[in-house]
Amino acid sequence: MNPAMSVVLFTTLAGAAQGLVVAVAALAFGGALDDPAYATSSLAVAEFLLVAGLAASFGHLGRPERAWRAVLMWRTSWLSREVIVVPAMIGLVGVWWWAARNGQAPLILPLTGIVLAAMLWYCTAMIYACLRFIEEWAHPLTLVNFTLSGLSSGWVLATAIAASIRAGDIAALTTPVALVLTIAACIARLAARRRNAALNPRSTLQSATGIMAPSLRQISMGMSAGAFNTREFFHGVAPLVLRNIGRMSIVFGFLVPAILLALALPTQSRALQVLALVIQIPGLIADRWYFFAQARHPQNLYYQVVS
Amino acid sequence: MIQWLKNLFAAHSDHERIRARPGETLARQLALVIDLNVCVGCHACVTSCKQWNTSGSAGPLADENPYGIGPTGTFFNRVQTFEAGTYPQTETIHFPKSCLHCEDPPCVPVCPTGASYKRREDGIVLVDHDKCIGCKYCAWACPYGAREIDEERQVMTKCTLCVDRIHDQALPPEDRKPACVKACPTSARLFGDIKDPDSEVSRAIRERGGYALMPEWETSPANKYLPRRQTPVAGGLSTPNRTITPEGRMER
Amino acid sequence: MFRALSSEPIHDPLAAPDPAADCEVRTTTCYMCACRCGIRVHLRDGQIRYIDGNPNHPLNRGVICAKGSSGIMKQLSPARLTQPLLRKDGAERGAAEFEAISWDRAFEILTERLGRIRATDPRKFAFFTGRDQMQALTGLFARQFGTPNYAAHGGFCSVNMAAGMIYSIGGSFWEFGGPDLDRARLFVMIGTAEDHHSNPLKIAISRFRRKGGRFISINPVRTGYSAIADEWIPIRPGTDGALFMALLHELILSGRVDHAFLKRFTNAPQLVVLDDGPRQGLFAFDPDHAAPGSREPHSPLVWDRVSGRVLPAFPEGIAERSDPALLGNYTLADGTRAAPAFQLLRDRVAECSPAWAEAITGIAADRIRALAGELAEAAFEQAFELPIAWTDAWGRLHPTTQARPVAFHAMRGLAAHSNGFQTVRALAVLMSVLGTIDAPGGFRHKAPYPRPIAPDYRALNDPDMIRPDTPLDAAPLGFPASPEDLAVNPDGSPIRIDHAFSWEHPLSVHGLMHNVITNAVRGDPYRIDTLLLFMANMAWNSTPNTSAVREMLNRREADGQFAIPFIVVCDAFQSETVAFADLVLPDTTYLERHDVMGMLDRPISEFDGPADSVRIPVLPPTGQCKPFQEMLIELASRLKFPAFTTADGKRKFKDYPDFIVNFQPSPGAGFLMGWRGKDGTQGLRGEPNPNQWEMYRQNDCVFHHTLPENMQFMRNWNRPYLDFAKDAGWTPKNDPVQLALYSDTLQRFRLAAQGRTDGRRPPAVLRERIAKYFDPLPFWHRPLEDAAIDTAAFPLNAVTQRPMAMYHSWDSQNAWLRQIHSHNYLHVNPVTARAAGIGDGVWCWVESPWGRVRCMARHTEAVEPGTVWTWNAIGKADGAWRLAPGADESSKGFLLNHLITEELPADLPSGRISNSDPVTGQAGWYDVRVRIRPAAPDEARETSPRTATLPAVPGTETIVRRVIAYMAGERR
Ligand SMILES: Nc1nc2c(c(=O)[nH]1)N[C@H]1C(S)=C(S)[C@@H](COP(=O)(O)OP(=O)(O)OC[C@H]3O[C@@H](n4cnc5c(=O)[nH]c(N)nc54)[C@H](O)[C@@H]3O)O[C@H]1N2
Ligand SMILES: Nc1nc2c(c(=O)[nH]1)N[C@H]1C(S)=C(S)[C@@H](COP(=O)(O)OP(=O)(O)OC[C@H]3O[C@@H](n4cnc5c(=O)[nH]c(N)nc54)[C@H](O)[C@@H]3O)O[C@H]1N2
Ligand code: SF4
Ligand code: SF4
Ligand code: SF4
Ligand code: SF4
Ligand code: SF4
Ligand SMILES: [Mo]
Repeated sequence: MNPAMSVVLFTTLAGAAQGLVVAVAALAFGGALDDPAYATSSLAVAEFLLVAGLAASFGHLGRPERAWRAVLMWRTSWLSREVIVVPAMIGLVGVWWWAARNGQAPLILPLTGIVLAAMLWYCTAMIYACLRFIEEWAHPLTLVNFTLSGLSSGWVLATAIAASIRAGDIAALTTPVALVLTIAACIARLAARRRNAALNPRSTLQSATGIMAPSLRQISMGMSAGAFNTREFFHGVAPLVLRNIGRMSIVFGFLVPAILLALALPTQSRALQVLALVIQIPGLIADRWYFFAQARHPQNLYYQVVS
Repeated sequence: MIQWLKNLFAAHSDHERIRARPGETLARQLALVIDLNVCVGCHACVTSCKQWNTSGSAGPLADENPYGIGPTGTFFNRVQTFEAGTYPQTETIHFPKSCLHCEDPPCVPVCPTGASYKRREDGIVLVDHDKCIGCKYCAWACPYGAREIDEERQVMTKCTLCVDRIHDQALPPEDRKPACVKACPTSARLFGDIKDPDSEVSRAIRERGGYALMPEWETSPANKYLPRRQTPVAGGLSTPNRTITPEGRMER
Repeated sequence: MFRALSSEPIHDPLAAPDPAADCEVRTTTCYMCACRCGIRVHLRDGQIRYIDGNPNHPLNRGVICAKGSSGIMKQLSPARLTQPLLRKDGAERGAAEFEAISWDRAFEILTERLGRIRATDPRKFAFFTGRDQMQALTGLFARQFGTPNYAAHGGFCSVNMAAGMIYSIGGSFWEFGGPDLDRARLFVMIGTAEDHHSNPLKIAISRFRRKGGRFISINPVRTGYSAIADEWIPIRPGTDGALFMALLHELILSGRVDHAFLKRFTNAPQLVVLDDGPRQGLFAFDPDHAAPGSREPHSPLVWDRVSGRVLPAFPEGIAERSDPALLGNYTLADGTRAAPAFQLLRDRVAECSPAWAEAITGIAADRIRALAGELAEAAFEQAFELPIAWTDAWGRLHPTTQARPVAFHAMRGLAAHSNGFQTVRALAVLMSVLGTIDAPGGFRHKAPYPRPIAPDYRALNDPDMIRPDTPLDAAPLGFPASPEDLAVNPDGSPIRIDHAFSWEHPLSVHGLMHNVITNAVRGDPYRIDTLLLFMANMAWNSTPNTSAVREMLNRREADGQFAIPFIVVCDAFQSETVAFADLVLPDTTYLERHDVMGMLDRPISEFDGPADSVRIPVLPPTGQCKPFQEMLIELASRLKFPAFTTADGKRKFKDYPDFIVNFQPSPGAGFLMGWRGKDGTQGLRGEPNPNQWEMYRQNDCVFHHTLPENMQFMRNWNRPYLDFAKDAGWTPKNDPVQLALYSDTLQRFRLAAQGRTDGRRPPAVLRERIAKYFDPLPFWHRPLEDAAIDTAAFPLNAVTQRPMAMYHSWDSQNAWLRQIHSHNYLHVNPVTARAAGIGDGVWCWVESPWGRVRCMARHTEAVEPGTVWTWNAIGKADGAWRLAPGADESSKGFLLNHLITEELPADLPSGRISNSDPVTGQAGWYDVRVRIRPAAPDEARETSPRTATLPAVPGTETIVRRVIAYMAGERR
């Protein structure tokens, strides 16, 4: 596939926001949320990320003015469901923030927060996982990846926020969790990538055309200068570059942040905790880009050669 | 308010329902059957489709850089060419491809707006471009690459099976066929109801080993393809072309 | 309001997008190519909404092709010329710097200039036309003008096919005849990619396949039709003659030929004089018997095996009791040694074994033998008889019609080689020995063919026929039957600027358009003043040696004058050639004008009878566009050509439609044969009918006369048909047309070259050439170019294919069609490519002895390893056709023509001779030999050569459209 930046940004940013909400909720349940400033600023950040993500996702639409229609088919469409959950999430975070600001946030709010975050991860991941013939995506690992990457970035974010507002005790709590989640997310992504690399697609030129000759090649795709089918489904990035982007995204999205968090454990260095976030964000964006780029759409079999 | 309720009722009263429910079995399924045995790859079906539909209910179909570098526009039908075997045992196969109007179309349920739908009356899969938000999700959900977004209108488009010809009572009956079918100089494009066992298409599929593309995804495409056949001696019988369709192929 | 929220659609796909619009349907004839299908143009608020095939039309029966379906985009082309243009003074030719002028001005310029030429030396006006099909009018114009320098595109198209077969069987493939696939069992298609008969052939081939007919394609390349052949037999380009000779070898030596047919319907049994002397190689004759059908004063002779003596071939030779010998050697009463033509043919093919042919064609000897077997099988074992009784020319009633269900078809794969004439001759003879001429399931004629061999059209043959202010009293083009018919001066030098009908190419019945510019610039044989090009892209894809020809078009003499002083181009679009014009005349499109496809030119006749058709405008002319026909009528009237002027010196015809209705070359005959007679009740012949156009309009623009069954077959010898054709005025004689297995016509030229006849003799330097190539029996020889070059250094043949979705250069301006082929690749067999170190899709150089191009390679297993090919005419000059600078066509697309030469070295005064068939002057496009090598890594990734960007000429669209979203009659 040819990754659409709007979608890449939306899923990564919203993911981080969801993770952050979960982190804040967890602290709330743990009764570790005595510092209202932390709750409000974190929720503000989460809200900002969600809205920013949503805004980005509009960029993907050809007819954004009709976007409201997308809520209608929740019965069958994961995309529709996502479109319903996102505003709900935004609303909830807003309310929660407002409540937190007034100093009395009933536990139902963090509870709903966790539920909505989970639902949103599920919807977003299912949008891809339900496309059975995109074999790179049609797998439980897709759900695991979206959830763990979101949680990881969310907890790293929670840590960074804590660090930046000098809520050292909270940072001390979140850092180890962030570390564990980041390592887990890393392992999950590596597992998915190994699986994808090993896949041999069920669709072949033979099954795509019904021409059962062992040596079958396309000679012409039927047009000279490409079409939607060549623009939307081919990223056109050189294999080497692709591989490097893949490697970098693991390094910056997970490994480096993990190392920084590990170093921050004993020292509780605020600099390291913030740095972990700064480095992870581009890393995760690259990883999400790679998630799309790695998917080989069966339609591509029909669009191989111009002549 | 009354009207509102009426509509509510109307929209869901079964006899008025235009849209097929997911998994609903339909009485009719219109489709194309493409005869690879005679297709010479002339592209008549490509441009006749374009001219009919650009001025039709699915149009206009935009062309970008029509006279510039990299001309690229919206087409509902493409004719591709494949090559099998090695010289001198080479087969050249021309391969037209448009929407297959799958009986279980993965492109429909994923659509968040309902713009993508399958007609209950005749099984045609359509896009309601007054509803479409151009999210392209349906195109991702089509394994065959049969959908193309119209870059100008930013709505999804695809083969309509010339729904605005085949049901047009204003046209003489012999003209109520898709533009590409009428155009095809080799009559390589058959059109009809695959649910009617006596239709030309059903017979062709039965007798000539019509097969579906990418059966592995169980989209059960309504469109079928007829394989190459070979006549080894003049006046002899034509048999499946072994060099490109080995035994067993026909049983699909 | 709720529906909008329900899952039900809100847009009704069945609703008309523009309900208020008024719609109408008009029929006319397509001209997106020369196939001339019937179309229905659907208009919505006066704009074209849709063009579909006319189901009532005999040619396409409702189908339409990719080009025909894209007529809308031709009509909307930004490259449309809309005003007459005059080259800015001082501007170079090729720079396309023009000022728009009025029609009055344009006609003044032309009348003054042409009037002056006509009054002094009419030869100085040269008029050549391309893919048009209105040669009846253009030919009449040239003849009335009085210039011999006129021809259409046939000389660079397929004249080898026309001449090779017409001089052998009196008809030919191309628009004059074709394969009867409705009844054939075996179809052998040779050297055909897309053919002229585009849609009808597609219809026929697919029906044939469905019926389970066997289809073999012989072609170095497997595309298009060949793709669906049951078997593809790759062959080396230029070698088919050897294949046919070997097939004849197999059939004749094993006696698998149609003896009865040969004896009665061909000249196979006629005795050929063997003795030295002025009649050697001609048919012996009996002074006392006239010979129907033969050009001889007297009847040829046969050896009757029954009576054991010599008999006149007609009528005795074909009488019930006699049995003419096909083989043997005999002595006539006067002691002359003679042998049946068939014996000589047998001797000729005896040497041509399959093994011999294998070495030449690359086709295994066994395959050739098997193919011969298949042909005989189909022709004789699969044969059947139609219950159709017919009477032959000598009055014998045949109770049934014998089918020979083996059909051939061939086109430019044979024609476009300099050995094409004899190759096509060989094919015609092969078809003849199988008896599959105008027989059910075989080759079938289309009216006005068959015609006598050679057809009774003599071209001008004497320089004195050219006189100021007088029409020629012979046609500029004809069918020479002897050296006396050639257009040569007493010293044997050419009369015509293209050297047609000269000793260089005696049977160049379609002229040599491809040499006009080169000859004119060289002043060989003389200088001309004005060159009028109509519908021909001679500065690009229509000429060989494109780069050089472009330079010549702009060449100036020492005195600064142009070597060709005045060039007039009539085109509908801003082509490459328009840029080189001094005066540009904007034509209408096919949807905007009247046209005639009639019996005097190239009708659309079918096997079952004559048919002609017309175009009737469905749209008004764009801008100031004027139909070329109207321009000619206007000019002819202003120049007061006799045929266009009344006795009292007034203009005779109001306009083209008026001309078509009222002009009669001979009483009762006109351009159109439908609905003649005052009340339109007469077909074929009759006085002018004022309502003729209206009648055509009411009848789908086509008139089709279906012959009675007994006149549909064996028409070379079909008495009722021959009489009918004579009455219709298609041929002056009603004699049978005996197939010329042995061509005494060719022998006549050879005798002249050998100096055995008194009368005209070729110049010394050409005698050997004439003697060699005017062989009365078919033979295979290497393409002429091979002798001029080092074939080892250029090991590959380079050919082109017609893309089904493109018509020559016409369609790069077509927004839809160009998306299918915006640029082209050189298709190379992977083995060949790897040997040259050229990867799939990479840039490479293709070099011939005459030029080189850089292009991209595409590996394919569907080409013979010794051949490379590309789609024809996709590459374009930068900015031509109003394409943006750097458009795919000019940056990635390429033209093979840069590699092809129009001339070869020769020891003629000029030192050059046309690179064409020595008999017909057919351009040898497909003879070109090349080598390939990878482009260096540091080279530009773009095609070479590239041309300077052309500006938009006045009247064409100048705004660059980024998007078009066409919707006829706008939606509200
Ligand atoms: N769509 C479309 N249709 C057209 C045209 C067009 O431009 N576009 N042009 C029209 C015109 S003007 C013409 S003349 C006709 C021409 O009709 P065709 O003759 O069918 O056209 P070509 O492309 O010249 O086909 C030549 C074929 O001969 C093969 N060939 C080349 N050399 C040899 C040889 O030595 N032996 C054999 N056996 N095969 C050989 C080539 O591979 C090619 O397949 O098409 C007409 N129809
Ligand atoms: N390499 C190579 N070269 C070839 C061939 C090949 O096979 N290979 N084929 C050769 C053959 S067979 C042929 S016939 C020639 C074709 O050569 P031509 O017929 O000379 O060239 P075309 O490109 O067909 O068109 C000539 C001009 O006709 C113009 N035109 C189109 N429609 C109209 C109209 O309605 N009115 C007027 N006035 N002009 C119009 C176009 O704009 C174009 O400029 O090419 C020859 N050249
Ligand atoms: S029109 Fe018919 S023959 Fe031509 S490409 Fe389409 S299907 Fe094939
Ligand atoms: S072919 Fe693609 S677009 Fe058409 S119905 Fe099937 S899945 Fe949907
Ligand atoms: S692009 Fe249009 S039709 Fe396709 S899924 Fe999105 S809204 Fe539905
Ligand atoms: S059925 Fe109609 S829309 Fe579909 S490909 Fe044919 S012409 Fe185009
Ligand atoms: S073959 Fe196509 S382009 Fe040529 S006349 Fe027929 S429809 Fe028109
Ligand atoms: Mo031609």
